[in-house]
Amino acid sequence: MEPIIKVDNVSMCFNLSTEKHESLKEYFLAMVQGRLQYDEFYALKNVSLDIMPGDFYGLVGLNGSGKSTLLKTIAGVYKPSKGKVTVKGTIAPLIELGAGFDMDLTARENIYLNGTVLGFSPKYLDEKFDEIVEFSELQNFLDVPLKNYSSGMVARIGFAIATITKPDILIADEVLSVGDFLFQQKCEKRMQELMAGGTTVILVSHSIEQIERMCSKVAWLSHGHLKMNGDTQTVCNAYKAVQRGEA
Amino acid sequence: MWNGFWRYRYLLWNLVSRDFKLKYRRSFLGVVWSVLNPLLMCLVYWAVFSSLMDMRGSGIDNFAVFLMCGQLLFNFFNEATATGMSSVLSAAPLLKKVYIPKYIFPLEKCCFAMVNCVFSFVALLLVMIFTGAPFHLTLIEAVYPLVTLFFFSLGVGLFLAAATVFFRDIMHIWSVFITALLYFSAIFYDPTQMTFSIGGFNMQQIIKLNPMYWYITGFRRTVMWGIPLDFNMFAVCGGCALLSMVVGVWVFRKTQDRFVLHI
Repeated sequence: MEPIIKVDNVSMCFNLSTEKHESLKEYFLAMVQGRLQYDEFYALKNVSLDIMPGDFYGLVGLNGSGKSTLLKTIAGVYKPSKGKVTVKGTIAPLIELGAGFDMDLTARENIYLNGTVLGFSPKYLDEKFDEIVEFSELQNFLDVPLKNYSSGMVARIGFAIATITKPDILIADEVLSVGDFLFQQKCEKRMQELMAGGTTVILVSHSIEQIERMCSKVAWLSHGHLKMNGDTQTVCNAYKAVQRGEA
Repeated sequence: MWNGFWRYRYLLWNLVSRDFKLKYRRSFLGVVWSVLNPLLMCLVYWAVFSSLMDMRGSGIDNFAVFLMCGQLLFNFFNEATATGMSSVLSAAPLLKKVYIPKYIFPLEKCCFAMVNCVFSFVALLLVMIFTGAPFHLTLIEAVYPLVTLFFFSLGVGLFLAAATVFFRDIMHIWSVFITALLYFSAIFYDPTQMTFSIGGFNMQQIIKLNPMYWYITGFRRTVMWGIPLDFNMFAVCGGCALLSMVVGVWVFRKTQDRFVLHI
């Protein structure tokens, strides 16, 4: 079977310029004086990963190990410095909170705005509107500007919109950690439903229990390198062993 | 490219309507301001230039309409480029999290400026009726300078948006440049009356180097004076738009992959 996501030897390099040249004068001065040097920082280094259709892939790793960067290269937000990412199918990205929301608009308006960001048509959103509202349980706050919402409420709407359709790939980066436990359960259930329908899910979580419970495969990133990659139990055990060793 | 655009056409529409809603949210008169604002602005300019600075004797018929025509196009260009310039920067929260074609933001600002421009056009028609200005059939041809100016501004906006991501200085320089351009665009005066010269160059010739002069003059000819557009007008308006689009799109495409690292 063809992989639905093929991450082929991807490196992502950021220039951590010690001083960011944000004005022309500074830039040219630095260029003339030959001071234009950057500390290169590889957030990802030669990562290769094949994700098959129907996989429930977990990503683990410490803060700064490159998990979010990997997700963003898959979602097309970053273009890799080297290597290639091939994705076959539609992606519903849930990367951080409130992507595509305008905090000054009401929830009702934001559902349409965010929905079109994800490429849905207004007609389709009309049909699904009630379902979104029902799932997010925010019936009483629909005409309140989003800036007055709590982060949990924003996460609810975001999750509800991204999962109304059946995307080929769902990318979820720590989005579930802000909701209360009831909502987390609801989200897990929805993700499993999607998976049963054939959606490939990539989940980043710091809760190793959640990963163990939900994922079929796990990739472990450490300092931008893919340290281990395989079935959940093997990788999680190794990961936990190292964590305990370091503690 | 076209496929991408078609998929995101609703987003474009939603972004324009968002800007429109936010602009008039919590204002009592709401949308009325879209027409009222250019009317009041026109009144101010008209008062200043026809009494304080006494240009009434300068031989321009219906100075109010003359002024408004220039204002209409120049404000469009100003708004489209200034907001387009910062559009990519202000969309940073979105661009960092989801994939969206990036050109949609300068394009959206240009469309929104065009919406405002249409409202100003209504105000212009009101002033024309009020001042008893004659209506000509060539009014339909006014679409040509407007549409070409749209693409001219879009090209400039794309270029500025890309440049501003890397050098924030552009924002500050541009506002100065716009002010300079304002006085060189024959908005408050009739360039054919300029007989003096600067540094050996005739003032009329210098002004013709400014694309805005052509758009504004073309617009005035069709709306005010009932003169159809001649070949020069067609060529210059279209040519400037084409050139601006080619440069703008090229620069934008060349640099857009690196935007996300700098915003």
